[in-house]
Amino acid sequence: MPATNSPNFFKQSLLLENLACTRGGVALFANLTRSIAPGQLLHIAGKNGSGKSSLLRILCGLLSPSSGQVKWSGQSIRADAEQFNAQLIYLGHIPALKGDLTAAENIYSAALCRQETPSMHAVETALATAGLPSLAHKMVRTLSQGQKQRIALAQLHLKPSKQFWLLDEPFNALDADANYALQKCLQSHLALGGIIALSSHQEILLNTNNALVRVEL
Amino acid sequence: MTGALHLFTAMGALVQRDLSLVLRRKNDSLATLFFFAVVASLFPLGVGPEPKLLQLIAPGMLWIAALLAAMLSLNRLFADDFQDGTLDLLLLSTIPLPLAVLAKMIAHWLSSGLLLSFAAVVLALQFNLTGESVLILFLSLILGTPLFSLIGGIGAALTLGTRGGGVLLSLLILPLLIPVLIFGAGAVEAHQAGQSVAGHFYLLGALFVLSLFFAPLATAVSLRIAVE
Amino acid sequence: MPLSNINWFKYAAPQTFYDLAGKLIPWFAVGALLLGIAGLSVGLLIAPSDAQQGDAYRIIFVHVPAAWMSMLLYLLVAFWAAIGLIFNARLASMLALALAPTGALMTFIALFTGALWGKPTWGAWWVWDARLTSELILLFLYIGFLSLHAAIDDPRRADRSAAVLALIGVINVPIIYFSVKWWNTLHQGATISMTKAPTMASQMLLGMLLMAGSFWLYAIATSLYRCRTLVLEREEHAAWIMKEAQ
Repeated sequence: MPATNSPNFFKQSLLLENLACTRGGVALFANLTRSIAPGQLLHIAGKNGSGKSSLLRILCGLLSPSSGQVKWSGQSIRADAEQFNAQLIYLGHIPALKGDLTAAENIYSAALCRQETPSMHAVETALATAGLPSLAHKMVRTLSQGQKQRIALAQLHLKPSKQFWLLDEPFNALDADANYALQKCLQSHLALGGIIALSSHQEILLNTNNALVRVEL
Repeated sequence: MTGALHLFTAMGALVQRDLSLVLRRKNDSLATLFFFAVVASLFPLGVGPEPKLLQLIAPGMLWIAALLAAMLSLNRLFADDFQDGTLDLLLLSTIPLPLAVLAKMIAHWLSSGLLLSFAAVVLALQFNLTGESVLILFLSLILGTPLFSLIGGIGAALTLGTRGGGVLLSLLILPLLIPVLIFGAGAVEAHQAGQSVAGHFYLLGALFVLSLFFAPLATAVSLRIAVE
Repeated sequence: MPLSNINWFKYAAPQTFYDLAGKLIPWFAVGALLLGIAGLSVGLLIAPSDAQQGDAYRIIFVHVPAAWMSMLLYLLVAFWAAIGLIFNARLASMLALALAPTGALMTFIALFTGALWGKPTWGAWWVWDARLTSELILLFLYIGFLSLHAAIDDPRRADRSAAVLALIGVINVPIIYFSVKWWNTLHQGATISMTKAPTMASQMLLGMLLMAGSFWLYAIATSLYRCRTLVLEREEHAAWIMKEAQ
């Protein structure tokens, strides 16, 4: 059961209000309304090209919906973008990593954009938790797709944790072990009241009832 | 443990990061400098080696060569970040986007405009400019090249991911930089003619201050539009 | 009727615009033709010869109105593009895109007639005076706007990016003009001004105003026409177009 009385429990909720999205003249989805409470996971399912990535980008504010709005803790995400940005972490379809930086430098650099300075120890711990302890000082361009994916995911282990996780096809290129580790990671985040929006072809199994909100595009 | 960063410290760290990326790919910066040198050498080859003539056209010609070299270097301001997805990180940053953009423009200037200004001093030797003229040239470029990064940055953001790349960017931005060229090259020419250069520098300074304020804002708006 | 009752956005709907524009275009076209004939008659036949330039000055009746229009149309392009950007109004952006080619044409006509004027009067096809040079830069600004729009595939992104460019251009135009004047006075001993108009007889002014009116109506007619085409292209999938086609 989520530890709702714990002082560390996240409290904000997410509201999708009448979202519609049109890309290249094609209406991808319309009238999309969902409410997501702390501890819930929004699973965005659908065929390729159905607008899953677009929806995720709308949820974090990178894309404007053709109509409707996204509300975080009752306020439109456009109202105070920097405040909203401070509470989320977005991992796009392609791991946002610079090939000319090492794995550790990349994580450090991404944290910099959130005005955080994790210590080298914290970064190395995050990478170790993600199962990649030896890659901290390797140039990212020398690594495989799966390794890059896991480096991007390693950011989720950095403290302080953000409440809102937006993950675009996070299970891509992961082997069975990494896949399982990610599922456990998602579970524990939800237990803390986190909100996760993710797109994936595979089904997500959660051990809490009512924790899954599904959108089929 | 993580610590929170003050805004300007974060901006400084962004500048540092961009510069370390440039240092790992020195070729890009060096290529810009060599392009500058090549173009500067084309002029005498095109108009003849007459020293008096070269002395006359040198300020304008060096300014134009610097302008063209800067146009070509503007690509790397946002295009690489756009390609590998790290531009999203900037857009989702808690640092206000115009400030993050300004940090990138500063890093860009340090690795292009500033170097071009020093290179111009060396190249000016080929054109028989007096020591004082070279100094005026250097100062005009130091004040003018940031404008290449500032206003050019708007163009870089507008043309993100489009076909036509560098040529389109130059087509859009060069007309807007004409005043900078006029005042910058004009300062050196005024000095050569024995007139006062103060007016030119005041005007350049005014353009610089205006752009410092407006260009990052315009670029931020353009980035959001381009990424959607 | 009170302002609040007027539905200002009624004509912002592409379909309403399409119908209205369709009805208006012929009127503007005819008006342009009539004013053009009147203007040319005044300019070519009625206005007296100039004391210094003889009959060569008559090109002014095309050159000056074209120059006026080129500047006015750029302001309009920026205006409508801004409306389209701020209010997310598709039709406003389409109107800006429709006006731009005509504006560029006017700029080109101004430059071309400027050259034609220069040859018999000053002996040169081109003179780098402040106004002609600024006109040339204006042409570059128009071309930049159209090129940027053409280079971006997504229509809405193209509209909005080009709008930012147009706004920056409009703000820069006074700066560019000032800097070109500065440059011109610094470099030229004798100020040769291509566009120094001969002292105006009232018929000359009348002729220019009539031609300006003609160009204005022509610009409206062509822009409305072009805008209708854009509406058809962009609203391809809309139901009302399907019905039209049947």
